Amino acid sequence: MSKYYAGVDVGSWNTKAVIVDKNLNIVGKSVLRTGADIPGAAKKSFDEALKAAKLRKNRPECIVATGFGRAKVAFVDTTRTEITCHGLGANSFYPASLTVIDIGGQDTKMIHVDDAGRNLHFALNRKCAAGTGAFLEEMALRLDVKLDELDGLASKARKRLKLGSFCTVFTGTEILKLVQDGEKVEDIARGLYASIVMRVSEMGHLEGSIVITGGVIAHNPVLKEVFEEELKVMCLVPPEAEFMGALGAARVALGLDKGVEKKKEKKK
Amino acid sequence: MIPVTAAVAQRHLVRPLKSVELFKQVITRNYHSIRDAAEGGRARIAWCSSLGPAELLRALGFRVYFPENHGAILGSFRASEEFIPVATAHGFSPDICSYLTSDIGAFLRKETPLRTLYGFRGVPKPDVLVYNTNQCREVAEWFSFFGREFKVPVLGINTPHHVPEITVAHISSVVDQINALIPQLEKIVGTRLDMNELKKAVKLSHDACMEWKGILGTAAHKPSPFNFFDGLIHMGPVVIMRGMQDAVDYYKVLRKELDERVRDGIGAVEDEKFRLYWDGMPMWGRIRAHSNLFARFKAGVVASTYCNTWALDKLDENDPIRSMAEAYTSLFINRTEGIKEQYLIDMAKEFSIDGIIFHDSKTCPYNSNTRFGMPMRLEKWFHVPNLVVQGDVCNMRLVSDPQFETGIEAFIERLMLKGVEGGAL
Repeated sequence: MSKYYAGVDVGSWNTKAVIVDKNLNIVGKSVLRTGADIPGAAKKSFDEALKAAKLRKNRPECIVATGFGRAKVAFVDTTRTEITCHGLGANSFYPASLTVIDIGGQDTKMIHVDDAGRNLHFALNRKCAAGTGAFLEEMALRLDVKLDELDGLASKARKRLKLGSFCTVFTGTEILKLVQDGEKVEDIARGLYASIVMRVSEMGHLEGSIVITGGVIAHNPVLKEVFEEELKVMCLVPPEAEFMGALGAARVALGLDKGVEKKKEKKK
Repeated sequence: MIPVTAAVAQRHLVRPLKSVELFKQVITRNYHSIRDAAEGGRARIAWCSSLGPAELLRALGFRVYFPENHGAILGSFRASEEFIPVATAHGFSPDICSYLTSDIGAFLRKETPLRTLYGFRGVPKPDVLVYNTNQCREVAEWFSFFGREFKVPVLGINTPHHVPEITVAHISSVVDQINALIPQLEKIVGTRLDMNELKKAVKLSHDACMEWKGILGTAAHKPSPFNFFDGLIHMGPVVIMRGMQDAVDYYKVLRKELDERVRDGIGAVEDEKFRLYWDGMPMWGRIRAHSNLFARFKAGVVASTYCNTWALDKLDENDPIRSMAEAYTSLFINRTEGIKEQYLIDMAKEFSIDGIIFHDSKTCPYNSNTRFGMPMRLEKWFHVPNLVVQGDVCNMRLVSDPQFETGIEAFIERLMLKGVEGGAL
């Protein structure tokens, strides 16, 4: 009988779950808004992923939770931070020395990993929403456009506007000024992505191949272009960018990081 | 292995020290002595910065009160968040020292935890305030505020800043400033300084500092019998009672308990697996939470720059004023980056450190060694794993608990992945 493993990434915006087989192939996945009920969102996302994998009656061999809400998930075997999991997830696609940039709803992480996916060093964003998904959400409101329209608008930009990236509130005020000055929404939208890139670039050195993960890149593919243009680097975006944390957690569950996981941890 | 749920997390063990009961008695006795002097007129009161010339003040018969300790108490009681806005509204920036803004805010609101803790009516009215800028310039502005409020003299030592090698010129400057304080203080107390009393105070101060240094040194043992969070409590006497016999006596008792722990192989945290170093200020409103968090990961925070600050080994009764000048000028915080860097490398070796936690304290840039590339240099050049955490000394509005906890947990995961578990650098 085949064995399956699960990773659940309880993020600040979305909860993602993946079911993988013994070769780390994703056989089921789910994403939904986390909301206020963290345990409920985790369970629902996990159940939906199981359903997608047609494994509703089978509990995976091992389940690992990650993300900011990881400690609130009761049905898992163990937990790992999203920093470790995004490194492992990215390494599953690109087994090389990497700088993994995970841009989430509320925070941004820069993780340097070796060719086995081991975390060599990491940095977290400063205590501010600037440079995160929450920043884009707030700015979309200011521009009076839907969040999912920002990406398309930015891809049509002609002008390279520079916006502040120090503070979300101040950038909001800056936007109002640009609108009053007659700047185009498309150009402002691109400026927002560029401000995220600037914020990320100050977190540390870019070493090895650069991989961008997380929900923001998954839903805003223009960000890859802006990264490459602004920083003069090539960037990689894995096919399941939003699920990299969950995939890394599933990889822990699978025990692929053996040599680190001496034995499977069981919840006591 | 890393526990997974809050329920599991509660089962960790931080071992309390038995000496804490005596500690409370000693600190209470000191505060009662200040209270009785302030409210019964039994002695003059001097306010002193935490690394100011306490020995001189004691030799002249002052009861010595330390506003920075009051700031730390406000932070520990999580009262700072209430008082800082009061100081801010009074014109003190929220970006300056949150000891200062907590303390001034509490004063403006006419509140102090000393009331419930030690029966004070309010903070003790000073006859003089004496600062030393060896740690920061804030103390000068802080004491000047209270000088205006109480209409009493404010005296100070302006120590040369961020010195490389200490020279005769540096020390002579401070010696001259200490000497200049003496006649002004004599005028306030109405007596002449007795050099024998100063020598006695310097000797007691030296003895307390050396006992403290020995106590911190016990943490080099594996497992460490004493950690940073113990230190934050038990440092009280060496900070606010330097120059008093009580401080020396207390530390002898504490040392005995720690020696017993070493003999019996008892660690401050259960099943110590990782040995960490804390650089920078503590986050006073999170001491218990952080102590529990590290213990949950079986991580002993075995040494710190902060607690080591008061291991003043240059005090010498045979040359009291010059040795005070040297001790108070050569503090880590007052040195150049290169000297600090070497110090941290030496500490990492001495205490078999697996990694360093650098606290970037928002309102204490002087004691945040994260701003001129130090963590990156230590990592790249000396292979000392480290993590920068953001927070603040007193203002817990500047602390993101989830981000802090994730950072620490990920750092421990990193150390596990690196395979340094239980090992030295």
